[in-house]
Amino acid sequence: MSLATRDLPAPREGVMRRLSDPLVRHGRLLTLLLLVPPLLWLGLVYLGSLFVFLAQSVFSIDEFSGTIVREPTTATLLELFRPANYDIVLRTIGISSAVTMLCAVIAFPIAYYAARYAGPKVKAAFYLAVMMPLWSSYLVKVYGWKLLLAKEGAIGWFAGKLGLGGALEAWLALPLVGGPSLSVSYTGMVLTFTYLWLPFMILPVQAALERVPPHLIEAAGDLGASPGLVFRTVILPLAMPGVVAGAIFTFSLTLGDYIVPQIIGTSALVLGQAVYTLQGTAGNIPLAAAFSLVPILVMALFLTVAKRTGAFDAL
Amino acid sequence: MHAHAAPLATPAVRLAGVVRHFGAVRAVDGVDLAIAPGEFFAMLGPSGSGKTTCLRLIAGFEQPDAGHIEIFGDTVEGLPPYRRAVNTVFQDYALFPHLSVGDNVAYGLRVRGIGRSERDRLAGEALAMVKLGGMEARRPAQLSGGQRQRVALARALVVRPKVLLLDEPLGALDLKLREEMQSELKGLQRALGLTFVFVTHDQGEALSMADRVAVFNEGRIVQVGPPEAVYERPATRFVAGFVGSANVLDARQSQALGGPARPCSLRPEKILLLAPGAPGPDGAVLVAAEVTEVSYQGPVRRVSARTSEGLALTAAVPAGTTGIMAGATVRLAVPKDAVRPMEGEE
Repeated sequence: MSLATRDLPAPREGVMRRLSDPLVRHGRLLTLLLLVPPLLWLGLVYLGSLFVFLAQSVFSIDEFSGTIVREPTTATLLELFRPANYDIVLRTIGISSAVTMLCAVIAFPIAYYAARYAGPKVKAAFYLAVMMPLWSSYLVKVYGWKLLLAKEGAIGWFAGKLGLGGALEAWLALPLVGGPSLSVSYTGMVLTFTYLWLPFMILPVQAALERVPPHLIEAAGDLGASPGLVFRTVILPLAMPGVVAGAIFTFSLTLGDYIVPQIIGTSALVLGQAVYTLQGTAGNIPLAAAFSLVPILVMALFLTVAKRTGAFDAL
Repeated sequence: MHAHAAPLATPAVRLAGVVRHFGAVRAVDGVDLAIAPGEFFAMLGPSGSGKTTCLRLIAGFEQPDAGHIEIFGDTVEGLPPYRRAVNTVFQDYALFPHLSVGDNVAYGLRVRGIGRSERDRLAGEALAMVKLGGMEARRPAQLSGGQRQRVALARALVVRPKVLLLDEPLGALDLKLREEMQSELKGLQRALGLTFVFVTHDQGEALSMADRVAVFNEGRIVQVGPPEAVYERPATRFVAGFVGSANVLDARQSQALGGPARPCSLRPEKILLLAPGAPGPDGAVLVAAEVTEVSYQGPVRRVSARTSEGLALTAAVPAGTTGIMAGATVRLAVPKDAVRPMEGEE
């Protein structure tokens, strides 16, 4: 047995080796060393500046001189409830909800197919297809959609060819969702957002579905549940954390976006545009800060409701 | 096999010429089987022998490529699982993690449209039957392996299946718990008078629990019969080796040991080790052999030895038999009738 008797040289000593001994012995020290740089960045640079900015909302602006009055007041926050500002909040939440729901409805079947039926090759193609749009410029995609949605654009042309021109006209004639053409309507805005954020919904839903053990689906069928019931009582509840994770992305991304509404959509402002104009041309930092609070509060409310309804029970 | 054919009444489960292949692999390759109502039937075999696929074919998770499946006389091939009067206890229990224990058990009642109060009552009864009364509000994740097993059992039984299928139900439990569940399962089956079909790779489990055992190998059933018949008279070399252990003898060797002139099996515990000068039992064949290896196994000592003709034999002798060393020459006695012909071997 040469293996037992052979003398191996001892591992080489060195600075790194001597350094690693205390790190291995004191695991917490290593964790601390690894966490300090990102925590400093997150805590000071990101959260710090965010709070400084948000804190501005307790100040107000002098109507005549346009300068910031640095005295605590609730006047700026209350300004959010003026009809014009309140409309902006409601409009943005409405658009974000529509985008989120549309994303969920479109993403679920795609994610379900990829998680349950696709083989390894098809799955690779699926990841590529889902991720590819993320590799191209955001602006290119938005301008691309503007052309697609324009009155003489591909969607209108295609609808005409299919004999659905009348239906499109009828849709555009509707109040709220309609407009002179798709490219200047809420419908167009929602479609563009849905296209932009769809990957952020598909991927978490697919990951959640992949974690649903096939045996659970078999067990539900075995106990007498038809496929529709299995979906409602087992698959959907277990996939819900993924849907909520996706919804957090699509909802918050839409809440904060100010470029799509500028290129596609009506002249009415959304939250992002309001903040952009207030902090820029208007110089009304306090009101911009107050507006910035809205998405944070809305997301907090969204998560609370999701938790209450048991969306995270399967986590 | 003909000696232990199922009774003539409508079988609880009948398989005729059932074939299921996955690509080039014939997982189930022509299985014929009739399981009597009220029977505790074990499907025993190594992994990949087709026993689990057979169970899944009965449950409806798989459809046969050829052949015919009946449950109490009703043809079921083509029917999805939710239209079959059978229920399954899964190997990993497959409890719904998002539902409480009570709701897990009540699931089958809920999808049948039974009202909340009625199904809670029935689920409570089922849980009490498996000794988990009062656990309704717990989550599956809060239970031990043995408790989850019981919940899975209660969930399958509460919908009153005609046949209960169990896929390696005790595989994930530790030894002590497994023995406890064995007798409990057996008791439940007797009390309910239900047909149990259970899949296992553990021959001890199959022998101790089942009324009849089907031994699977390479997609086929190689032997069916009561545990004693399968153990005492293994039909093939494979059964002899898989169900317990055995000395497998060719025609010439078995004749030399007093058996018929055909392939035979000889169980190690039948072979006696004779003290020096002691006579063997009447009609026994005595052979001298050199011990090659001795291993202590608790209740028995396993002695491997080789005769002067070069025949290797393994004997299981009482563990109290001490003083046997490798290299020593011992006298072995092979009693009359201990060498049994294997019907399925030529």
